[in-house]
Amino acid sequence: MAAPQKVACVEIGGIPIALSTCDEGFHDLLRQRYDGFLSSSRPEFELEFDLTSMGPVSDDDVRVRRDGDDWLIERGDFQARWDPRTGRGSVRQNANPYSLDSVLRILHSLILAQRGGFLLHAASAICDGRAYLFSGVSGAGKTTMTRLAPADITLLTDEISYLRPNADGYSAFGTPFAGELARAGENCTAPVAALFFLEQGSENRVDELPSAEAVRRLMRNILFFAEDQGLVEKLLATACEFVARVPIRRLTFYPDARVWDRVRNFERNFAGDFAGNLQEVPEHA
Amino acid sequence: MPETCIYIARSSAIAARALAGEMMVMNSADSTFFTLNEVATTIFQAADGHTPLRDIVRDHVCEQFDVDPEQAQADAEQFVAELSGHGILLVSSQPLASETP
Repeated sequence: MAAPQKVACVEIGGIPIALSTCDEGFHDLLRQRYDGFLSSSRPEFELEFDLTSMGPVSDDDVRVRRDGDDWLIERGDFQARWDPRTGRGSVRQNANPYSLDSVLRILHSLILAQRGGFLLHAASAICDGRAYLFSGVSGAGKTTMTRLAPADITLLTDEISYLRPNADGYSAFGTPFAGELARAGENCTAPVAALFFLEQGSENRVDELPSAEAVRRLMRNILFFAEDQGLVEKLLATACEFVARVPIRRLTFYPDARVWDRVRNFERNFAGDFAGNLQEVPEHA
Repeated sequence: MPETCIYIARSSAIAARALAGEMMVMNSADSTFFTLNEVATTIFQAADGHTPLRDIVRDHVCEQFDVDPEQAQADAEQFVAELSGHGILLVSSQPLASETP
């Protein structure tokens, strides 16, 4: 007789996914790993895990491609199949949390792509009720920004930011996907105030980025794996939409706590600039 | 010696979007991303597969921009060679069916 399935529902970004396994140890592992993101919501999607001997966790390129209506997601250490019509899928992998994280990230990137959202290589945090994103190449300072954050800042992630459109712009959600900080983000959400592309320098300054440059940098940092023409078109449209609706700046910073004063004052200054621009509009306009 | 015609068409394996006067182009096969300036965007948009490149340069580029025709033709050929190398444009000495709708 087959062992009974044990199910944990993990809700990241407001999308509950049921993760089921016959293996009690693996069930405990994923409950522990996603503690803070466990949910009693009705799952929108389901993944069934079959623990088997696969290759070691690797940095090899992942392949995400269509097989009929299904998505096939493959890397040396896991193999997954997911049917977006039924919302159900299966995963074959070793009982390790890194493969599990990768599968979940890829699945969320596919779901978000259809909904106008995306995962971004960026740290994010809530300051005064608004979310700020900090993106950049490896070593640009994502983790440094989170380490320098004052005590009243809520960390959403130091590695992978989760973004979904809302009526007024975009919302950022906390994720359990941790980077160097090795600490999961808080499971909460806030409207996005700004995205900063980080560069370290000798002073703190915020500079405008031309729209095309902002899209280019954004596309470079979005997590996207699928070899699919339709999704690529959608993703590019999403990036342009994001740039049109969210202030995007270059933040050159000297790594000490004062950079957060710049961040905290950004929205106030931005609103001031915007009001200044409005005053310049001629009366007849 | 008769001049060889070059015909260019946009690949179907790309996503493109105009923003602030520039064209963003992404190759879905390898996720490479390009930003085209105004002149390059004009050529890209006119790449219908059946208009020779020299006509595109003459009727679109030279009409819209203050450029020397010979220099424009040479620059256009270089640009086309680069983008075809990245799978963004298809190039042929015969008319092509444009792959994009």
